[in-house]
Amino acid sequence: MTLSDISAILPLVVLVGWSLLLLLADLWIPAKHKGWTAILAALGLLVSLGLALLQIGAVQVALSGMAVVDGFGTFFNVVFLASGLVAIPLAYDYLKRMKIERGEYYSLLLFSVAGMMLMAYAYDLIVVFLAIELLSIPLYVLAGFARPRVDSEEASLKYFLLGAFSSGFLLYGIALVFGATAHHDLLGITQAMAAGKGIPLLLLIGASLILVGFGFKVAAVPFHQWAPDVYQGAPSPVTGFMSVAVKAAAVAALLRVFVTAFPGLSGHITPVLWGLAAITMIGGNVLAISQSNIKRLLAYSSIANAGYLLMAFVPYGSSGQTNADVIASSLFFLVAYGLTTFGAWAVVVSLEKVEGKGLELDDLAGLGRKYPWLALSMMIFMLSFTGVPLTMGFWGKFYLFRTAVEGGFVSLALIGLVTSLISAYYYLRVVVIMYMKAGEPEVVADRWVRLTAIAAAAAVVLLALAPGPLLHMAATAFMRLQ
Amino acid sequence: MNFSIHPLLLVTFFPLLGVLILALIPGERKNAIRWVAFVTTLVTFALSLWVLSQFNPGVGTLQLKLDQPWVNLGGVEIRLQMGVDGLSLLMVLLTTFLTPLAILSAWSAVKERVKGFMILFLLMEVGMLGVFLALDLVLFYIFWEFTLVPMYFLIGIYGHERRIYAAVKFFLFTMAGSILMLLGILYIGLQARTFSYETLLANRQVFLGVSQWLFLGFGLAFAIKVPLFPLHTWLPDAHVEAPAAGSVILAGVLLKMGCYGFLRFNLPLFPEASVYFAPLMAVLAVIGILYGAAVAFSQKDLKKMVAYSSVSHLGFVMLGIFALTSQSVSGAILQMVNHGLSTGALFLIVGMLYERRHTHELAAFGGLWKVVPVLAAVSLVVTLSSMGLPGLNGFVGEFTILAGSFLPSSALGSPWYAGIATLGVILAAVYLLVMFEKVFLGPVTQVENQTMADLNWREIIILGTILVVIFWIGLYPKFFFDLLQPTVDNLVKVVRSAAGLP
Repeated sequence: MTLSDISAILPLVVLVGWSLLLLLADLWIPAKHKGWTAILAALGLLVSLGLALLQIGAVQVALSGMAVVDGFGTFFNVVFLASGLVAIPLAYDYLKRMKIERGEYYSLLLFSVAGMMLMAYAYDLIVVFLAIELLSIPLYVLAGFARPRVDSEEASLKYFLLGAFSSGFLLYGIALVFGATAHHDLLGITQAMAAGKGIPLLLLIGASLILVGFGFKVAAVPFHQWAPDVYQGAPSPVTGFMSVAVKAAAVAALLRVFVTAFPGLSGHITPVLWGLAAITMIGGNVLAISQSNIKRLLAYSSIANAGYLLMAFVPYGSSGQTNADVIASSLFFLVAYGLTTFGAWAVVVSLEKVEGKGLELDDLAGLGRKYPWLALSMMIFMLSFTGVPLTMGFWGKFYLFRTAVEGGFVSLALIGLVTSLISAYYYLRVVVIMYMKAGEPEVVADRWVRLTAIAAAAAVVLLALAPGPLLHMAATAFMRLQ
Repeated sequence: MNFSIHPLLLVTFFPLLGVLILALIPGERKNAIRWVAFVTTLVTFALSLWVLSQFNPGVGTLQLKLDQPWVNLGGVEIRLQMGVDGLSLLMVLLTTFLTPLAILSAWSAVKERVKGFMILFLLMEVGMLGVFLALDLVLFYIFWEFTLVPMYFLIGIYGHERRIYAAVKFFLFTMAGSILMLLGILYIGLQARTFSYETLLANRQVFLGVSQWLFLGFGLAFAIKVPLFPLHTWLPDAHVEAPAAGSVILAGVLLKMGCYGFLRFNLPLFPEASVYFAPLMAVLAVIGILYGAAVAFSQKDLKKMVAYSSVSHLGFVMLGIFALTSQSVSGAILQMVNHGLSTGALFLIVGMLYERRHTHELAAFGGLWKVVPVLAAVSLVVTLSSMGLPGLNGFVGEFTILAGSFLPSSALGSPWYAGIATLGVILAAVYLLVMFEKVFLGPVTQVENQTMADLNWREIIILGTILVVIFWIGLYPKFFFDLLQPTVDNLVKVVRSAAGLP
C-alpha cells in the first residue's frame, strides 16, 4: 500500500480512523453530554464529505486494481455521507426520548457509512463482499439498538439471519465467477470472457447468485420478506438511514458489478431482471395498500421503489449510451428518493412515542390543522412518492421511465405506471387522514427533526423547479469501464 | 437582454403572488384573505385582457410564443414553451373570468379554513392557465397533473358528506387516464428527440406507424376529463361532493381541459387516427348526449341533475370536434365557453340555494318564485341558456355544432349522428324545464322556504356578470367567432389534408 493508494481513498481512510477514535473518545464523554459524540460524529462525516467533494473529476485506480475513484463512486460517496449526516439529527433527541442514548450509535453509524464508501470504491468482488459486510454488521446492531424492546431485538435477529443468508449467496456467486474466469477483479472478469477463456455457464450461475445477494440488500421481491419487520422494529432514525443509504449502496454495487464485469451477460440476465422489476413494483405496491402502520407502509413503499430502480436497470449492457442513461437515471432517482424518504422518516420520528406508540395511520388524524408545516411537508413527501409533478419524485420517476422506454421496454414502463397509480391510493390515504379526518395528534417538540422534515420538503419542491444542475451531475458521474 | 416578463408567463404565474401574500396573512383575518384572493384573480383577469389586446385575431397560428430552455433529460430537452391561439385564448379568458366569480361565491359559503381554500383556488388557477398555454408536451403534462392536487383538496376538505370518497375517486380516475398519456408523451418525445409541440407537428411521420395507439393513449386521458360516456362515472360524485365554488371551476374549466386536449394534441398530432376513430368518438358522444339527459331527468338531487346535464352538453362538444368541419369545430369551441358560463351559473345558483337551505334535494324546494323573485328570474334565463333558447348563448353553440355535423363534408360520413343528437336538445328542454318547475313554480310546500332571503348584492353581481356574457354571445357571437375562425380554419385544414379528406 503506497501513499498514492491512501490518498486515493483518503475520505474512507479518514472516516474509518475517525470512527475508531470516536469509539474510544466516547468512553470519556459523560452520559449527560452525549451530544458531544453526535457533534464529533457529524464533524467526521463533514471532513470526509469535504475530502470526497475534492475527488470530483478525479479518475484513478488504486490498491493494485482493487479500488477505483471515478465520478460514479464520488457521487455515491456524497450520497452516503449526506445520509449519515441526516441520520444524526434524526436520532439525537429520539435516543434520549426512548432512553436508549448510547454513544455507540454514532460510531456504528460511521462504520456503516464507511462500508458504503468502500462499496463505492470497490473494483473487485472481494472488496464488494468486504464492503457489504462492513456496512451491514453495524446495522445489525443498530436495528436492535432499542433493546430490550422485543420488536427491535426481533428486527436485529431477522436482519442478521437473512443478511448472513444473502451473504452466503453472494460469496458463493463470487466463488463461481472466480471459478469461471480465474479473476475476481471486475475488469479481469470482462477481459477473460472477451478473450474466450472463461466458462460462460458457470459465469452465468455465479452472476445470478450475486444478483440474488444484491436482491436481498435492495429488498427486491421475492427477497424482501425481512424488510417490513426490520423497518418496523428498528429505531425509526435507523430505518430512515437504512431505507436510503443501504438501498443506495446496494444499487451502487449492482450497477458497478453488472455494468463493469458482466456486460456480456445482459442478454441472459435481462429477462430475469425484467421479471424481478415487475414483481417488485407490483408486490411492493399491492402489499402496501393494506398497511395500517406508517412504518410498515413506508417499508413496502421502499420495496416498491427498489422495483422502479430495477426497471431502469433492465436495459443495461446493450450499448454505452444505454449504460450511461441507466446510471444517470438511477443516480438522479436515488437523490429524489433519498430526500423524500428522509423527510417522511423525520415525520415518523417526530410522531413516535415511547414503546412504538403513535405510529398507526389514524394517529396522523388532524395533523393538517394542528401542525400545518409538518403536515404540509408530509403531504409533499407523499405526492413526491406518488410522482406528482412539481416534486422531485416526479422527475425521478420520469427519468426512470424514460430510460425504460428508450431501452425498448415499453410494457415494463407501463407496469411501472400502473403500479404508480396503485401507490397513489395508499399515499393519498395518508394525506386524507392528515387533512380530512379530525383528531388530536401529538407531536414531539424536536426542532432538529422538524427542521430536517421542512428542509427536505423545501428541497423536494425547489429542486423540482430547477432540476438541471442535479441532472447534469448525475449525467456526468460516469463509471470507469476500462 | 430583455428583462420584461413575457405576458403569458405573467398571466399564468400571477396568482402565485397572491399565494405568497396569503401565506403571510394570519388565518383569522378571513376578510383580508378573501379580498387578497379576489383582487389577485381580478388582476389576473385584467392581465388576460391585456394578452387579448396583444393578440392578432387575423392569424390562425400560435402567437406570443415563449421558448426558454428548462431541463435537459439525457439529451432530450424539456422547454418552457408557451403560446396562444384563438382556442387557448378563449379558454384562458374563460378561466380568468370564472375564477374571481367563484371566489366571490365562496365569500360566505366557506367559513372555516378560508386561507387554505383561497390558496388552493389560486394554485388551481395557475395549473389551469398553464394547461391552456403550455406547448411543450412535458410541461403540459406537469400542469395537467398539477391541477389534480388543489382540486383534490378542495373536494376532500371543503366538500359535503361523502367528500373523501369523491376526492379519492376523482384523483385516481384522472391519474389513471394520465398514465397512458405520459407513456405516449415519452414515446413520441424519444422517437422525435423533442417534446416541443410545433417541432413534433412537423415531424409527425416519425410516430405515424403507432399513431392509432398514441391517439388512444392521449384520448383516454382527455376522454376521462371531458367526460365522454362511459368514462363519466367520477363526475357526478365529484360534483355533488365538491363545494359550490369548486363545482363551478370543475364544470366551467376543468372539463374543458379534456376537450382542449383533443383539439390541441389529438387532432393535429394524429390526424389519420382522429379521422379513423371519429365515428367511434361520435357514437360515444351521441350516447353521452342522450344518456346524460335521461339520467339527469331522473335525478332527485339538484346538483346531480346539473352534473349529468354536463355529460349531455359535453357530448355536443365532442360531436362537433369529431365532425371535423370548420363550422362544427368552431361551434364546439364556442359551446365549451357556453357550457362554462351556463353550467357554471347553474352550479352557482345551486350553491346559493344550498347556502339558504343546506340541501340539494329537489323535493325540498318548490314555489320559490314567490319568495325569491330575483333569484328565480335569473335562474330562468340561465336555464333557458342551458337549454339553447335562441337569443341566448347556448343556441348559437349547439346550432353551429349540429349544422356543421350535418354537412356532407363531415368526417363522420353520415348525418344520422347529428340527427340523433338533435333529440338531445329536446330532452334538455324537458329536464331543465321540469327542474325549473319543481324548484321555482307551484305553491310553496315547505315552511322553511317561506322566509328564504333573495339575492344580496354580492350574488347579483356574480350572476349579473355572467348574464351579460350570456346575452352577448347570444345576440352578437361574431366577436367570439372572429377570434376563433382563423385558428379553427387552420386546424381543420391541417387535419383534413393530412387525413386525405377533401
